[in-house]
Amino acid sequence: MAHAMVVRINGGLRQVPPGVIYALGVGWAGWLFWRGLTGDLGVEPINALERAYGDIAIKLMIATLAVTPLRHWTGLNLLRFRRALGLACFGFVLAHLAVWALLDVQVVSALWDDVVKRPYVTVGMLSFLLLVPLAVTSNDLSVRRMGAASWRGLHRLTYPAAVLAALHYLWIAKGFDISAILHAVVIVALLALRLRGRTRVQMAR
Amino acid sequence: MAHRWTNDLSRDDVTPRSVWLNRRQILAGLAGAGAVGIGGPVAADDGLQPNTLEEIRSYNNFYEFGLGKEDPMRNAGAMVTEPWSIRVEGLVDRPGDYSLSDLTDGLTVEDRIYRFRCVEAWSMVIPWNGIELADILERVGVQEGARYVAFETVVQPEVMIGVQRRVIEFPYVEGLRIDEAMHPLTLLATGIYDEPMANQNGAPIRLVVPWKYGFKSIKSIVRISVVAEEPPTTWSRANPREYGFYANVNPQVDHPRWSQATERRIGGGLFNRRQDTLMFNGYEDEVAHLYDGMDLSRFI
Repeated sequence: MAHAMVVRINGGLRQVPPGVIYALGVGWAGWLFWRGLTGDLGVEPINALERAYGDIAIKLMIATLAVTPLRHWTGLNLLRFRRALGLACFGFVLAHLAVWALLDVQVVSALWDDVVKRPYVTVGMLSFLLLVPLAVTSNDLSVRRMGAASWRGLHRLTYPAAVLAALHYLWIAKGFDISAILHAVVIVALLALRLRGRTRVQMAR
Repeated sequence: MAHRWTNDLSRDDVTPRSVWLNRRQILAGLAGAGAVGIGGPVAADDGLQPNTLEEIRSYNNFYEFGLGKEDPMRNAGAMVTEPWSIRVEGLVDRPGDYSLSDLTDGLTVEDRIYRFRCVEAWSMVIPWNGIELADILERVGVQEGARYVAFETVVQPEVMIGVQRRVIEFPYVEGLRIDEAMHPLTLLATGIYDEPMANQNGAPIRLVVPWKYGFKSIKSIVRISVVAEEPPTTWSRANPREYGFYANVNPQVDHPRWSQATERRIGGGLFNRRQDTLMFNGYEDEVAHLYDGMDLSRFI
């Protein structure tokens, strides 16, 4: 019964082109910017927009990491959407970074100061830097050129990037922030699932 | 003791009622027409135009009601503020449980337009209505040996989601040195813009210490203790590396996680520029002498 439903969902998803994710991402980012411009994000839209973009980015990161475990444990196949989810995540990271640099901090020297002096900015920036080669190689040509094995090796960087992102989120929290903690827990759980899967494969050899 | 301080911002600086009621709507309208320039449409020459009541009531830290800036606006309405009783205790001649009117009736409520600087590097200008704390301390009679004043915020767990979730330790407590408490700038505020204090702003009575970071200005006070020893304060207890007892606004001493050199005045929209933070939040002439000989990078 459950299996039949998964098969039907998978069948339905095959009709959906992955490009939909890009369109939704751009639309969502633009809509949030418009709300910030028109006062709909509250009286301090810069911080609100910065947080909103960062929040969506980390959720998309979790979604990207969840694709493989979901297929393994439930049979739900979102593999066709994984690249789009990953690139959409990177897009929101870029938007988050742009709001921080251009609207929030505004001064170039202060940007550098923040990166070297504030640990939560440092780990956020590191996470971003790890994502850059992943975004650049998220295309068929790169997969062919690099070969599947080394491409897959490179893309394991998503895990340290996600852990650093979770740390970045935890570090800005004041007080007991359940949302930051939950994001970190989910990311660590996904990482643990992945490690367990790898150990099992190695033991089966 | 009232009238010991004259506003450096005049009543003319206060936004007229009709404007503060709908400035955001005007802003939204301008933005909709694509007419918002960088820097925002309503920058007064001196940059000291008070914030609108809507801004003051919709962007708050009041962790009893949640961590989000708009949570207090959404959740604080359920707080019960009538009747209100304040316990006055410690080194005072007339300790006891005072009703709000017992504590404040007959004392002069003044208009004080102060800069308000949050430790998170945002700021507002707020036209308070309040009584000098010194007047209230005089009413209860401060005894010999008093060196500090401690304050405590109400706890109503059933309506306070932050208390239920224990986001920090409650009740929220704060304190001042006695000379800070007696300073003419220090208020117990009961209103803003001649309107009753909104719950999210700390109804019915709250502290205002304009040269210190906002978290010192404790809200919804139910206990005032005059004591000999430095009392614990919530944020220095939660994170002593980041927050001290004094918490004076100081652009030269950074918070460990962010710079305090600049701040963003609420209300300038998406392209708001940062402005320089002033020593003691612009009240250096009035209060710097309180800290003569103290290393302000150590006594944070």
